[in-house]
Amino acid sequence: MMNTSSTIPVEGAIEAPWTLPYRGTVGMACLIVAEAAIFIIFVVAYIFYIGKSISGPTPAQVLELPIFGTICLLSSSITVHFASSALRKNNLHGCTAFLAGTVLLGAIFLATTAREWYHLIYEKGLTIQTNLFGTTYYSLVGLHATHVVVGLILLSTTLAFSLTGHLKEEHEKKLEVLSLYWHFVDAVWVVVFLVVYVLGR
Amino acid sequence: MAFLAPLFAVTALAQSPTNIFAPAATPAHSIFGLSMLVLSVTFGIFLVVGGLLLYALIRYRHRPSDSDHEPAQIYGSNQIELSWTVIPILIVVMLFLTTTRVILRTEAIPKPDNTMDVTVIGHQFWWEYRYPKLGIVTANELHIPTSDKANPKPTYLTMSSADVSHSFWVPRLAGKMDVIPNRVNTMWIDPPDVGLYLGQCAQYCGTQHAKMLLRVYAQSPEDFAAWASQQQKPAQQDFTGNPTAAAGQTVFMHNACINCHTVKGTVATGRFGPDLTHLASRDTIAAGAVQNNPENLRRWIDDPNTMKPGSLMPAMHLNDHDLDLITAYLTQLH
Amino acid sequence: MATPVLEAIDQTQAPPQGPPRPNVIYTWLTTVDHKKIGLMYIAYALVFLLVGGVEAILMRIQLAVPNNHFISPQVFNQLFTMHGTTMVFFVGMPILFGFGNYLVPLMIGARDMAFPRLNAFSFWVSAFAGLLLYFSYFGASGLYAAGSAPDVGWFAYAPLTAKVFSPGHSTDYWTLAVFLSGVGSIGTALNIVTTILCMRCKGMKMSRMPLLPWLYLVMASLVFVAVSPLTAAQIMLTLDRYIGSHFFDTQAGGSAVLWMHFFWIFGHPEVYVLVLPAFAFVNEIVPVFSRKAMFGYPAMVAASVSIGFISLSVWAHHMFTVGLGAAGNTFFVFATMVISVPTGIKIFNWLATIWGGKIIFATPMIFCVAFLFQFLIAGLTGIMLSAAPFDWQLGNSYFVVAHFHYVLVGSILFALFGAFYYWYPKVTGKMMSETLGKWHFWLFLIGFHLTFDFMHVPGLLGMPRRIYTYEAGRGWGGWNFIVGVGAIFQAAGLLIFCYNLVRSYYRGKEAGHDPWDAWTLEWAVPSPPPVYNFAIEPTVNSRRPLWDLKHPEDPDSDYE
Repeated sequence: MMNTSSTIPVEGAIEAPWTLPYRGTVGMACLIVAEAAIFIIFVVAYIFYIGKSISGPTPAQVLELPIFGTICLLSSSITVHFASSALRKNNLHGCTAFLAGTVLLGAIFLATTAREWYHLIYEKGLTIQTNLFGTTYYSLVGLHATHVVVGLILLSTTLAFSLTGHLKEEHEKKLEVLSLYWHFVDAVWVVVFLVVYVLGR
Repeated sequence: MAFLAPLFAVTALAQSPTNIFAPAATPAHSIFGLSMLVLSVTFGIFLVVGGLLLYALIRYRHRPSDSDHEPAQIYGSNQIELSWTVIPILIVVMLFLTTTRVILRTEAIPKPDNTMDVTVIGHQFWWEYRYPKLGIVTANELHIPTSDKANPKPTYLTMSSADVSHSFWVPRLAGKMDVIPNRVNTMWIDPPDVGLYLGQCAQYCGTQHAKMLLRVYAQSPEDFAAWASQQQKPAQQDFTGNPTAAAGQTVFMHNACINCHTVKGTVATGRFGPDLTHLASRDTIAAGAVQNNPENLRRWIDDPNTMKPGSLMPAMHLNDHDLDLITAYLTQLH
Repeated sequence: MATPVLEAIDQTQAPPQGPPRPNVIYTWLTTVDHKKIGLMYIAYALVFLLVGGVEAILMRIQLAVPNNHFISPQVFNQLFTMHGTTMVFFVGMPILFGFGNYLVPLMIGARDMAFPRLNAFSFWVSAFAGLLLYFSYFGASGLYAAGSAPDVGWFAYAPLTAKVFSPGHSTDYWTLAVFLSGVGSIGTALNIVTTILCMRCKGMKMSRMPLLPWLYLVMASLVFVAVSPLTAAQIMLTLDRYIGSHFFDTQAGGSAVLWMHFFWIFGHPEVYVLVLPAFAFVNEIVPVFSRKAMFGYPAMVAASVSIGFISLSVWAHHMFTVGLGAAGNTFFVFATMVISVPTGIKIFNWLATIWGGKIIFATPMIFCVAFLFQFLIAGLTGIMLSAAPFDWQLGNSYFVVAHFHYVLVGSILFALFGAFYYWYPKVTGKMMSETLGKWHFWLFLIGFHLTFDFMHVPGLLGMPRRIYTYEAGRGWGGWNFIVGVGAIFQAAGLLIFCYNLVRSYYRGKEAGHDPWDAWTLEWAVPSPPPVYNFAIEPTVNSRRPLWDLKHPEDPDSDYE
């Protein structure tokens, strides 16, 4: 017969309120650490191979500063922050508007990247196979772009919920977690921008 | 568990041509000295800590006659904990400084003067040796002059790989050094005594990693000079009086052999496989895996996979007659 | 101040006679309960332990005498690749995640892990990955006459893994299986960290948390920064093999050494990921069977955290022979030697816990005693290897193989055995047989020492690793033979253990809540625990809440 009783230590009244961090934020922070480690390896590979290509175009020859795309992407961090604070104040329309702005700005960034790649492949002859620069450039920028795509999918889904009236104030913490991810994606872009377009050229 | 120490002692006395505790050149000697220090320190630590553990386990075991009370609960002691932090730190500092000294003495010294220079190129699954100042190219058996303490002439190895990573390890002469494609590593050896020093590839490089053996022949300066002058000569091409060998030469030069192998002075200029110019002067073939005699040589050419499965030399699909001829030819390449 | 206590009676009603109960298989396949998932991880790992063990025995038979023809070189190279990959990714990681999954929520007074569905997903991804790896025996193509399973070593050095040197798909099975295992590992690690930080019961400040969750916290944090580099490197390898990139393509100026750096930036912290839970088990078992609190809890926490940090800086001690230069080598010598300080502190703390205690040599404890001696020796041979010039001889030889098996088998596996015997009563409600446990212990101990003590010698006599055979005149034959004999003893011990696991489930003595008179929260609930773990969320005032309950006149909370 299974013993179903147990003796569990229990305190009457506890002095200070017992609050622990929100699971979603901690989980997202862990994911960010892991993803950051992956990005760091690709950045290290990029830096390690600067100047070591034995042929083909060099960064200085083919790269141009992606100013417009960068401004869009970094602005999208601001809009998602406002979306989150709007939701906290139960301003559902404001939240929807800022979410839409975030998605739009992120999509513009992707478009500028696509345009840049088209230019590099078809006009400058740089592919991932061309040389070490091509290998490390496309993999690093591509990995980042993949993360932007994932973020946009998540943001678009949230936008859809918001447009159909399903996003409420009680979801505020979850939107905060998503915006944390988006801020991470932007922070990575800052690093990529500096390493690839500034340092490496 | 104190078993390991006697085992190591036994090892030191063991008769093995690749015993790291039987150094025969300066790099191996430096390592030996450091290893003895490290072994003594670690053995000492083992005796102290292991002894205390053993004592505690015996002394404080629960006996039936014990009372039912729990023993005194001790949660920590700052003094004790500090001391067993500080003492290990001191030991670590001592070991670190000693180790650094040996590293600097072996790795960081500039290239010695008066060296015998050899370029080592690792291949799957054989070793290529080039003596740039002597114009010699050979394979698998490395001949070097001994180095007299009074008038040192160390051999300086400049190493890279033609394919994947390998590692050059002749334990009695030096520690191992990896042989990596697109990278040049260097090391030096200076055995004072004549002898044959054995080793093998020490970095997994594919199917026949196990049979990529090393044979280093340390010879007296005179013997080395004789060997070198013989190696510098182009291949024997005049086989008057030996029609079988002459015919074999013709068969060889008309077959695919010449695409992979070099025989100096002939049309055979392939670089994928070992240089065969003086094949008959070697004790072994197949990178030390097989004794060099006509029977083995014939079997090898017929199908290397019967002796070294996974070797990159394909079976040549020659008929018996051609095999006999080629073997007769190659055994004349002294 | 005594802790009040509540009798918590399980008042769950018996389910009404409604629709038929879902069957057992469906329950286990769809569960998100941390205890069931933990047990699935453990069972899965045990199966692969036996498979990996068979691979080892086959290799030892081949190496028992020189120039043996029992196994071809192609098959042998697959065996050591599969053995290493299996043992690290499909035995070590799952079994330790399994124990963590089961125990961490119970020990912190929580109901489940933070993300139960992620937990299930991580398990199934990891499980699939192992099956994928073994599918390579059927599905892959490789080198001519080699076919099938990967044969590039568990560390898959470039450029041997390039398409030109490893044609076919066998290498890709390795890459994908390990990649998926990494995804599962990161998921579970994320769960463990979040659970520990966000779901502790009332009063359980971090400084009152038992050492097992602490060590799992460090271990899981390490997983994020250790597994990710391998994931990145594998993406790079796959791009090289399929899209023609040049990350490790030495013909295009790529670097073989870069792969080594990336792999060992993963590989070294990985072994700490494996050993920290072993420390965790010993931290729980040794105090209970010495009848004393852990000596120096704050130092144990600090040492564990510093081991975690320092382990990130030592990776190139696996690359001492690559020719990094004196400055590089010196740095890594220093970092590696430094890690011995917190490790030593842990050993001393265990010694001090035992000292003055009343040691009970039950089966869990004898495995931990063996751990203490064997881990000490493993650490000392590690110090030998950390002296770089000595490593120039010892590296890539059987000395290294002996060293790391001393850690993986002699320390981690022994601690795991102790953990099995210790927590089996909690999981099943039955005690394991002490007699069979002693048989298991002695057979395995003898086998372990026969194999791994003697294995040091061929390394000292110049025998490199990863060779399918060796020459007769090197003096290696006799030692290799003894090493093989030891493997048979270990197999026997392991089989007895498996038998004990099954037999005790049906015939073991009833365990009750707390058969060992222990002090952490998992012993407060019935055995096996109800699905919700705790009927009421506990409140704790010290590191040993059950000690406080049992000794109200002298609770730990007075001393902390």
